[in-house]
Amino acid sequence: MAFHHTLGGERHTFADLKALLAAASSRRSGDELAGLAATSDARRVAARYALADLPLSTFLATALVPYEEDEVTRLIVDTHDKAAFAPIAHMTVGGFRDWLLSHEADTQALRAIAPGVTPEMAAAASKLMRNQDLMSVAHKITVVTKFRNTIGLKGCLASRLQPNHPTDDLKGIAASTLDGLLYGMGDAVVGINPATDSVANGLALLDMLDHARQRYDIPTQTCVLTHVTNTIEIINRGGAVDLVFQSIAGTQKANEGFGVSLAILKEAREAALSLGRGTLGTDLMYFETGQGAALSADAHHGIDQQTVEARAYAVAREFHPLLVNTVVGFIGPEYLYDGKQIIRAGLEDHFCAKLMGVPMGCDVCYTNHAEADQDDMDNLMVLLGTAGITFLIGVPGADDIMLNYQSLSFHDILTVRNLLGLKPAPEFAAWLERMGLYDTHRERMLPVSPGQTLLGQMIA
Amino acid sequence: MTDSTPPSTSSRTTGDIVHLDPWQDLRALTRARIGLGRSGNAQRTTDVLAFQAAHAQARDAVHTALDVDAMKAALGEPCLVVHSRAPDRPTYLRRPDLGRRLAPESLAELKKGDWDVVFVAADGLSSVATAEGAVTLYQEMKKRLPHWKIAPLVMALQGRVALGDEIAQAMGARMVVMMIGERPGLSVADSLGVYLTYAPRVGTPDSARNCLSNIHLHGLKTAPAADKLAWLMKEALSRQVTGVALKDDSPDEHSLLSQGR
Repeated sequence: MAFHHTLGGERHTFADLKALLAAASSRRSGDELAGLAATSDARRVAARYALADLPLSTFLATALVPYEEDEVTRLIVDTHDKAAFAPIAHMTVGGFRDWLLSHEADTQALRAIAPGVTPEMAAAASKLMRNQDLMSVAHKITVVTKFRNTIGLKGCLASRLQPNHPTDDLKGIAASTLDGLLYGMGDAVVGINPATDSVANGLALLDMLDHARQRYDIPTQTCVLTHVTNTIEIINRGGAVDLVFQSIAGTQKANEGFGVSLAILKEAREAALSLGRGTLGTDLMYFETGQGAALSADAHHGIDQQTVEARAYAVAREFHPLLVNTVVGFIGPEYLYDGKQIIRAGLEDHFCAKLMGVPMGCDVCYTNHAEADQDDMDNLMVLLGTAGITFLIGVPGADDIMLNYQSLSFHDILTVRNLLGLKPAPEFAAWLERMGLYDTHRERMLPVSPGQTLLGQMIA
Repeated sequence: MTDSTPPSTSSRTTGDIVHLDPWQDLRALTRARIGLGRSGNAQRTTDVLAFQAAHAQARDAVHTALDVDAMKAALGEPCLVVHSRAPDRPTYLRRPDLGRRLAPESLAELKKGDWDVVFVAADGLSSVATAEGAVTLYQEMKKRLPHWKIAPLVMALQGRVALGDEIAQAMGARMVVMMIGERPGLSVADSLGVYLTYAPRVGTPDSARNCLSNIHLHGLKTAPAADKLAWLMKEALSRQVTGVALKDDSPDEHSLLSQGR
């Protein structure tokens, strides 16, 4: 079915729902690369007018990727909660945006509709929103998850400590981990991207992290971000697996590119659950996503990159994750060209995920061939902090020496916590205080050197 | 680590302080920027500037045009220069598809021959890496492959890895060695990657290539890289294949995508 809108005397036609969504998306290089972007600014706004008038129920009647071909579509359709959808069933996309921003749509109401919101509905609404709208609505939503601590409480900002090393050197990783802990990082997870993606290496890294966690009784979880099939094998060999990590995307074909399916994710989750390692809760999946992943795998089915990204959150939601994060600026300038596009995408990803009930964090980051710098990252981290982001990723000095890109430094996350009055997860904050690392009175991390704390013995 | 200390650009370099720095031993364990200290919550002036300097070098490596004249002078023998369909850097960065195909006028200039291999030196994402490393590697390879029919070196501008496929196809080469600047990081801005592809043609998938990466002064050195590449090329010629089939014997094969990044 085609869609039309006349703007300034010109009649714009959009061949189908995919074309309409793509044209309504704010400008980004990935949609231009795919040949899906609006060809003029006027056409983009015309698409938004047409999209605003579209009933939300259209998305239940029209699958962007056929049901028969794609298990992600089947998941979205089969798990749609009609009772949760009922209060918004009569709305258009434009009406939905207005309602989301209204005072009636409070934390309670937004939680209630989440199971009735499909990725395509969330993406459509986001295309009619300005950056501040994406922040205002996300800020009202609370998604709380638990494993060894409590993630996502109002007033909290958790962090992933990312101590990567180009040769997976255990002492090098321990040194970066110590540095991060002294800055109050790591309540979301201490998570390593391994340089060598093997079972043996994963076992060794997990063993090191788990020993450190137990020795200092740190109320957090550790993770080696290896392929999910490796994690299953590590569990079989008795490895210390807290969280199961996997990169995911919004179509079956893109997930096949990552070497995963819904069945494999289910199997891995059940294997990790059987270990019973969570003390406060059983949320143990950790997913990464990012706009451009589906297109780079030639598996986007003609869908714009923001909408197909939102479909990945349906996959995440199914497995009750502890953590999800978008790697927003990592995938490269052919998908998000500059700071403006990266910032917009980060806010969209956070909004869509939270609206669907997914605990969204962000790797606020960029590569050296993108038109971005640390000032852009400062902007995005403050905007996301204001919007209530679940967690941010921090690496020593913002420089990941293994993946060769720039993220946030531990300093940056201290700064955003301080600017916005946000605290670490409560169990982790109490631990920091017990360890003499945090001054509760003045609400700041204390300057402690490795020789002044028991943690210093971590590297021996 | 010092809190609320006035920023000082010399605090870690003066003789007195070095011995008191509790992070000194730990820094030997990793090149990560650990133990930076802070002023309030913020990084100190010296660290902020060091980061900006590294980022500037990385960006310059991406945006500086390949110095073809200097490379020709270093080479001292006939060579060819081609362009991809990406006319400039901004287009190149936005449209990887254009960087994989030859500009029509370049394609018209390439003549078919009977070559075992063609070497291509492309700017990729770091022209600095290509300018510093590609000619030397090419010369090392010629020494190691005395009986091979080696085509003149092709220098390629605004090139991606797959551009080599079309070059080799047009020149009638049985395999292509693409030497290309890798995406620069903050610590290394001049790292060269080498991709070997047997029977290359437009549309050859990346899984059909073998890769040596991280070739630079502080990483894989030119001579051992040349040894590995020569071994791979001889295997490729006798087995008539590259990619996964050769992968098990090639210790440097790895892909960031396999771990989700």
